[in-house]
Amino acid sequence: MENYGVVILPSLLMGLLARLYMIRIDHRQYPSYPQGLLSHLTLGVIAAGLGSVALPALLSKEYSAVTFLALAAQQFRDVRSMERQSLDNIEPTELVPRGTAYIEDIAKAFEARNYMVIITALMTSIAIYFAHWMKQPRFVQIMVGIVVGLLVIVFLKGMLKRQSVAEIAEVRIGKIYFEGPLLMVNGIVIMNIGLKSTKKIYEEKGVAVEIVPKNVDAKATLANTGQRQAIQHNVAVHLGIQKDVDEPEFTPIARRNAQDGTIIMVIVPTEVDRELLVAAVEGTPVLETAKRKPFKAKGTQMNRS
Amino acid sequence: MDFGIKDSIVAIITADKNVVSSNSTPVFYASSEEHQERLALLIAKVTMGMVHDLENGTYVVVRH
Repeated sequence: MENYGVVILPSLLMGLLARLYMIRIDHRQYPSYPQGLLSHLTLGVIAAGLGSVALPALLSKEYSAVTFLALAAQQFRDVRSMERQSLDNIEPTELVPRGTAYIEDIAKAFEARNYMVIITALMTSIAIYFAHWMKQPRFVQIMVGIVVGLLVIVFLKGMLKRQSVAEIAEVRIGKIYFEGPLLMVNGIVIMNIGLKSTKKIYEEKGVAVEIVPKNVDAKATLANTGQRQAIQHNVAVHLGIQKDVDEPEFTPIARRNAQDGTIIMVIVPTEVDRELLVAAVEGTPVLETAKRKPFKAKGTQMNRS
Repeated sequence: MDFGIKDSIVAIITADKNVVSSNSTPVFYASSEEHQERLALLIAKVTMGMVHDLENGTYVVVRH
């Protein structure tokens, strides 16, 4: 194959398309600001470049070029630690912290997206080369490359899709009441509130949600404190929170009913919108690190015996 | 890193002198229930703590 441009250029573009497809621009999410966007797009171009030149390099018997892929893997591990560090650094400035589990999950997602770009670019270039090998005209080669690239993007996107809380649990509004100084929801003690003024604010503006897990797996997943912290953060980000640094009593708290695994969360949002609250909880991603499947494990054991 | 005393009682505000005996934690005596509320609020704001009610006429301020 004399002209590698036919291979490299479309694969580079497909790789970049994959990165663009996975970038979410949303003012509530990190990073959505110009700086984060630019740095991730640039890294995306680099990843796409690495993926697209791998095959041509091999074809021209430049076997050492493969070592660059190892370099790339190292590079994207750095992306992960970069994201982790920057999120860790801003953590103390958040009124409701993300929590280390959520940060790890976000960092991992960024790394995985770069691998997705490399794979897309590589698969596109292989497809184009294959079409060339089948002695198809140049136009067909590029079309085959684009189709394969799109299929890979759709497949990987589906694979990387995270479950949301809505899929593992039922979310409904709970009722806040006080038993002496104890703030309770559905028989579960959330916290002890001493000040009458604070109690009044909770009675007037506080809202509670009950997150009822759908099965044993969901129960175990929701028990993870990192997962709960992620839900708290997400709700605070979506609804706003009526709290300042010197008011720890308004920190949203998610407590677990140890008997049935139900999670109960109480928050004083700036905007009391119950539907939005339920939507915010339901939309929280299920963290990869929190995901547990004891039910499935038990099933396999039973099958074995 | 934020260094400081966490998850421990930083102050006790009581209206009943008989129920509290402390050697390490500052104890504040309040003359009335309103005074106690006010005192608890002021101390909580200074220490960035949270006020909890022990139901025996005693409030404690805890940093979380």
